[in-house]
Amino acid sequence: MDILIKGGRIVDPSQDFDCIADLGINMGKIVACGSGIKEKANKVVDATGLIVVPGLIDMHVHFREPGMEEKETIYTGMRAAAKGGFSSVATMPNTKPATDNEGIVKYILTKTAEKPLINVFPVAAATLARDGKQMTEIGELKKAGAVALSDDGDCITNSALLRRILEYAGSLDMPVLEHCEDPVLSGQGVMNESIMSTILGLKGIPAASEVVMVARDLTLCKMTGSRLHIQHVSSAGSVELIRWAKSKGVPVTAETAPHYLVLTDDDLHSYSTMLKVKPPIGSKHDREELIKAVKDGTIDAIASDHAPHLHAEKDVEFDYAPFGMIGLESSIPLIMETLINPGILDFKDLVRLMSLNPANILGLKGKGSLKRGADGDVTLIDPEKEVVLTKDYFESKSINTPFLNWKCKGAPTSLFVSGKQILKDEKIIG
Amino acid sequence: MKELWKRKDLLGLQELSSEEIQLILDTADSFKEISLRAIKKVPALRGKTIVNLFLEPSTRTRTSFELAAKRLSADTVNISASASSFTKGETLKDTARNLQALKIDILIMRHSAAGSARFLADILDASVINAGDGAHEHPTQALLDLFTLKQKKGKIKNLNVTIIGDILHSRVARSNIWGLTKLGANVTVAGPATLMPVGIERLGVTVCTDVNKAIKQADAINILRIQMERQKTNLFPSIREYRDLYGIDLEKLKNASKDILVMHPGPINRDVEISSEVADSSYSVILDQVTNGLAVRMAVLYLVAGSAAVLEVN
Amino acid sequence: MTKRQEKIIRIMEPDQLRRVIMRISHEILEKTENHEDLAIVGIVTRGAHLARRVVDNIKEIEGINPPFGILDITLHRDDLDISGTREMHKTEINFDLNEKNIVLVDDVLFSGRTVRAALDEITDYGRPKKIQLAVLIDRGHRELPIRADCVGKNIPTSFDEKVRVHLKEEDGEDVVLLVKQED
Repeated sequence: MDILIKGGRIVDPSQDFDCIADLGINMGKIVACGSGIKEKANKVVDATGLIVVPGLIDMHVHFREPGMEEKETIYTGMRAAAKGGFSSVATMPNTKPATDNEGIVKYILTKTAEKPLINVFPVAAATLARDGKQMTEIGELKKAGAVALSDDGDCITNSALLRRILEYAGSLDMPVLEHCEDPVLSGQGVMNESIMSTILGLKGIPAASEVVMVARDLTLCKMTGSRLHIQHVSSAGSVELIRWAKSKGVPVTAETAPHYLVLTDDDLHSYSTMLKVKPPIGSKHDREELIKAVKDGTIDAIASDHAPHLHAEKDVEFDYAPFGMIGLESSIPLIMETLINPGILDFKDLVRLMSLNPANILGLKGKGSLKRGADGDVTLIDPEKEVVLTKDYFESKSINTPFLNWKCKGAPTSLFVSGKQILKDEKIIG
Repeated sequence: MKELWKRKDLLGLQELSSEEIQLILDTADSFKEISLRAIKKVPALRGKTIVNLFLEPSTRTRTSFELAAKRLSADTVNISASASSFTKGETLKDTARNLQALKIDILIMRHSAAGSARFLADILDASVINAGDGAHEHPTQALLDLFTLKQKKGKIKNLNVTIIGDILHSRVARSNIWGLTKLGANVTVAGPATLMPVGIERLGVTVCTDVNKAIKQADAINILRIQMERQKTNLFPSIREYRDLYGIDLEKLKNASKDILVMHPGPINRDVEISSEVADSSYSVILDQVTNGLAVRMAVLYLVAGSAAVLEVN
Repeated sequence: MTKRQEKIIRIMEPDQLRRVIMRISHEILEKTENHEDLAIVGIVTRGAHLARRVVDNIKEIEGINPPFGILDITLHRDDLDISGTREMHKTEINFDLNEKNIVLVDDVLFSGRTVRAALDEITDYGRPKKIQLAVLIDRGHRELPIRADCVGKNIPTSFDEKVRVHLKEEDGEDVVLLVKQED
């Protein structure tokens, strides 16, 4: 066998496995998972004291290529993902031009293959040019390699169109990922509408902007029976509705992002544009409900919504800065520091939220598990590793993060993608 | 010995202590007299360069600041532009850096974006005075309102002050709320529910949508200017209805105290939020506000100009 | 920083002070040709109190009531960048000082910079015929070509000494102190 990862704590909820054991990889696939593997390996990795988990999947990133390569390229995005311990990512289609045809899907896959590091799964636009008017050629996009549909960045506000997309995509087994926002309710808002927006004098986006669209989407999801995934859930109101829908058997899944679990709108007191994201960071109550929801399974996944922007674009008045923050490198350290170390989540939750469920939602075969025969994608996390998220810690081409210089305990140290080591001692070697 | 002024900038009243607000008001009191002299000028800020960077149209605030600076013998430069066309050319940060390179001492800024004064204060060595940043704060307006209240009523503590109108978009309302509550006044905000910002009651004010009720116990009312274009965004149905329900006229004042003060930050929309009779009545202190604004701004300029020496020693 | 010891010497007692102010009042009257033009202006804070006493004395001696003003010279100082802002009081000159014979009153004459500022400020109010200076104490060390017309007492001092004038209105008692810093 090629690689033997020895003596780590293997956490794999797909086979309800959590104990100190060894993991064998051969020809890019998992061949053994259990204690005391005797078989000889070309390379033995000592994983003592480390957490060994199925390769992490960030199902919501923006790699900006084609079109905005000054912010991020597929290659620099993959480096950021590898640094963050992610063996797979799903890229959103708001490229320039939008990823709304097979050509662009293939372009992304070609670019990925030029200097391969990790798995890149393109998500295609649900409507042409993402303008919410006409559905894309979903079947052709699927054939070209797209794994899901989304107009992320914008909501499909035309309810009749969303209904048809859900029906059509459902028949082709393509999940629809929705950015839930009523753009009219959001208006010119730049942050969560709350006492903080009142004090700061910034225009508010009411939580209802997300919640009304979640309610509509759940209704259409129930009506069509097609799979719908709600992206970057940010408010308590949405959580409540999703929980209700799930209890009624509606085939909905949902994700949130680390920043909604870590920050609240109180943090905006400094007017830092790094905190300007869409949907906006909610109140303390929103944060508390989101944490409950990731714990109890109402929210299925944590995805970073990694959204690179140039420093110059963010270094302006709050009103004029673009929405978005990067998140691939900081996800695991932040979740370790704020959710796992205090005992709110455990490693099983982490794998479920950041590998197993994303693989299932996107239908990624061989991912999200360390069962025999699964892909040799493995992430090693050192729970004792103390990291400072300095500028140098980030591999992304952009540095728009509010977490700069945060200290966290626990970080990914190694990453294997199809049996090839990409990250070693926190350094990219691929 | 009284506390000295220790801040490089004046960005808002939220961050000031009641002592600091009091210091500005006391200092302004001393400055009032200068405008009555034969030569309305003192050499206090001789050799200082003050830039008025106004990225939103404003005549009265800019003029007031400019006169204040000139009466302190500072050299003033005015830069006026619309923020939108401005940002197309050069970023605010680059403009600020250019001004820094020109060794200016004080920058007075008006901008439509909340937080922009603070954004510059963090970059510049020069003092920054916020002359209004979006719906955030307009500290000198609130200070001159406080000054006028104190002048006319002899105190601020326990006064009942009602702010009427578009609280949602008003930096004047916010700065007034901070200042009045810090000095112990009871503040009521009144106006249509659509123009009330979320959670405003958490700032320690009473919210009232019935203007008649809100002015009944008031020692003073501060009427905010209504932007005519707001009706287009469905914040209220029409100017006609606004005037009827929320506009202050002599009829509504019949139920109010006989020595109620009527204030307005200006410019007034006659016969919209305030009737001409009220604006020109003996209740009105609108022109006193303008006069006092000059003294308050002189005081603020003088205090921040002197802060460099204090900050250096410490 | 260890606090240096202060040695305090009382150099003028209440009675003495009263007599000296009376003498200054007489001198002012002697030096003024036309008493109708006379106006007294004190420099904030203790100079203003002294000036008020001078006015009272003059009233007593001559039965006239010269116009009285107070001058806060803070905004005419030349040390804003060195010392920062100071607590301000109001300047109150509620009479026309054109063609007046102004007597400027202060407690201690030292570098002369305060008087320079006061002269500048007074001329912003108009053009007096004449300005004279009366001080309680002249302690020397002038930095500008300025001298007093009436001096209560000359007290030669060294640079590290301080002269403190205490007045009832401000400090509760009338006394002049010489404060020496000792290591």
